[in-house]
Amino acid sequence: MSSRNRPAWEEKPSAAGLAAKGASIVVIALLILFPLYTIALTSLSSGDTVNRVGGLVIWPGDGVTFEAYEQMFRNPVVLRSLVVSLGITAVGTFISVVVSILGAYSLSRPGSFGHKTILFSVLLMFVIFPGLIPVYLWVSAIGLRDNYLAIILPMAVSAFNVVVLRAFFMSIPQELFDSARIDGAGEFRVLWQIVAPLSKAVIAVVTLFYAVAYWNNWFNAFLYLDDTGKWPLALVLRTYVVESAPLPQASGLQDAPPTLAVKMAIVMIAIIPALIIYPFVQKHFKKGVIIGAVKG
Amino acid sequence: MSTVTDKESPVEQAGDSPKRKAKAKAHWRERLRRDWPLLLMAAPMMILVWGFWWIPTLGNVVAFQDYKPFTGGIFGSRLVGFTHFQVLFADSEFLRAMVNTLSITAFQLVFYFPVPIALALLMHSIASERLRAMLQSVVYLPYFFSWVLVIAIFQQMLGGAGLLSQILRSNGFEGVDWMTDPDTFILLVTSQAIWKEAGFGAIIFLAALAAIDPNQYEAAAVDGAGRWRRLWHITLPGIRPVIVLLLILRLGDALNVGFEQFFLQRSAVGSQASEVFDTFVYYSGIRTGDFDYGAAAGLFKGVVGLVLILAANKFAHMLGERGVYSKS
Repeated sequence: MSSRNRPAWEEKPSAAGLAAKGASIVVIALLILFPLYTIALTSLSSGDTVNRVGGLVIWPGDGVTFEAYEQMFRNPVVLRSLVVSLGITAVGTFISVVVSILGAYSLSRPGSFGHKTILFSVLLMFVIFPGLIPVYLWVSAIGLRDNYLAIILPMAVSAFNVVVLRAFFMSIPQELFDSARIDGAGEFRVLWQIVAPLSKAVIAVVTLFYAVAYWNNWFNAFLYLDDTGKWPLALVLRTYVVESAPLPQASGLQDAPPTLAVKMAIVMIAIIPALIIYPFVQKHFKKGVIIGAVKG
Repeated sequence: MSTVTDKESPVEQAGDSPKRKAKAKAHWRERLRRDWPLLLMAAPMMILVWGFWWIPTLGNVVAFQDYKPFTGGIFGSRLVGFTHFQVLFADSEFLRAMVNTLSITAFQLVFYFPVPIALALLMHSIASERLRAMLQSVVYLPYFFSWVLVIAIFQQMLGGAGLLSQILRSNGFEGVDWMTDPDTFILLVTSQAIWKEAGFGAIIFLAALAAIDPNQYEAAAVDGAGRWRRLWHITLPGIRPVIVLLLILRLGDALNVGFEQFFLQRSAVGSQASEVFDTFVYYSGIRTGDFDYGAAAGLFKGVVGLVLILAANKFAHMLGERGVYSKS
């Protein structure tokens, strides 16, 4: 469509150069999209087709069927883990976004009471890490084993996201705050009625980052959830697809090793939420990420 | 790739008007009365940060204890000084984890690091905005996949029962299984990292490219500089600060090659090739129950990592770059 007009001084691209560029674009796109295409196609193929091909299906033409998805949703382990993942992602993202916006707003007012202390306890998170073992011992000690909070709370605050939000809040002109204050608005009103509406783009990016982190997390569940009936989708995916094993103890649920088509359907279910939200947030990446990275 | 600066931003300095300074000098009781809503806002964040970051950080004391999880706990276990660290440095498994980690870092510095730069140059040179936006959408996408997904996808493509083997076999060749081959593991993890993260890593270089003044290109072209000379004399110098900064950051982060990617593939390729610092901590600490020993390994990595980051940052300042942080 809208092609950037070549400035008068720029030489006409050579045919060979254009061909090389075009070829690299196609190769790069294929390297990423082709695996997704063949996985999607296999998940939509019948068991017979997969058996005849002897693996992943590359050529469409054997028709599309939702057989594998039906089978997958009949498997109570997968269905339950999907509900668990959706729940953890929704609750966790809500907690994280609210806590981070409030915290970042507080950090965007230098000179306030305790500002330095609060700022340093967040910024030091970039260079000092508690380490796996102390966190494991602590989360187990405070009784969060087999509790979904053990997945959410340790990852609820990302210092990176807080700093991205803070940098954006600080770039809002001071005059807006001053005039709101003259009108008698308190901090909460200023945040809700002035700062938040102006920061929709960066809040959208941070929300995506948190949601993706929760959706993808399997290691906290692996560490703290002994009851496999509570496992999220990412962990079931790891067991069924990466390890090709049944769940260790399926807590009374029937647990049949899935076929290739069903495995690929599980992969698709794990990918789809990202594919759905992604286009809406992608246009804000540059704004959000670069502001955080460069201005921070 | 967090290139966050904790330098007080220009905006903040601009906000340091005389009025604000006078405010800051007010008596603490007055400031508390004025700022309590801000403290209330920060409270949930501070509870989580202290409760799940800084308190566990103090728990690193178990690295110096003969830690007995059931009979002693953290307050009842005997202190043993640096015993665990002495054992650690004589532990061949730990040394192998160190060698593996550093080799993978060095390898990726050469074979991963330039990829986002090249990708950014390619995307920047695409004249059609629509095509560029489409390519960006595609290359950013895998960043949002979990490592579980990425490895599952690679398994389906390059594994023993994967697509590549399937095609080779049906054409009368022998199949390959790169997912379980320790000899090519370093290539495998690097291609996975490129597939998943190089696209997203290009964003920061794209921003740097966009910030170069187009007049410079025009002036150079008028002076007779061709495409390649403009690339060499304008484009690359223009993004050099970002390249240097990210390179130094990566060096400061040399002990981190990622945990999940290696943990997930350890059983397939064996620990000989895939053991890195973080997986060593997990296996020596949690899997075998030697929490004190695992914590010692983790603490060693944390302290060396901190020193490396501070040194890298100092180095960045010496070169005149802003670095990750600076004194505010």
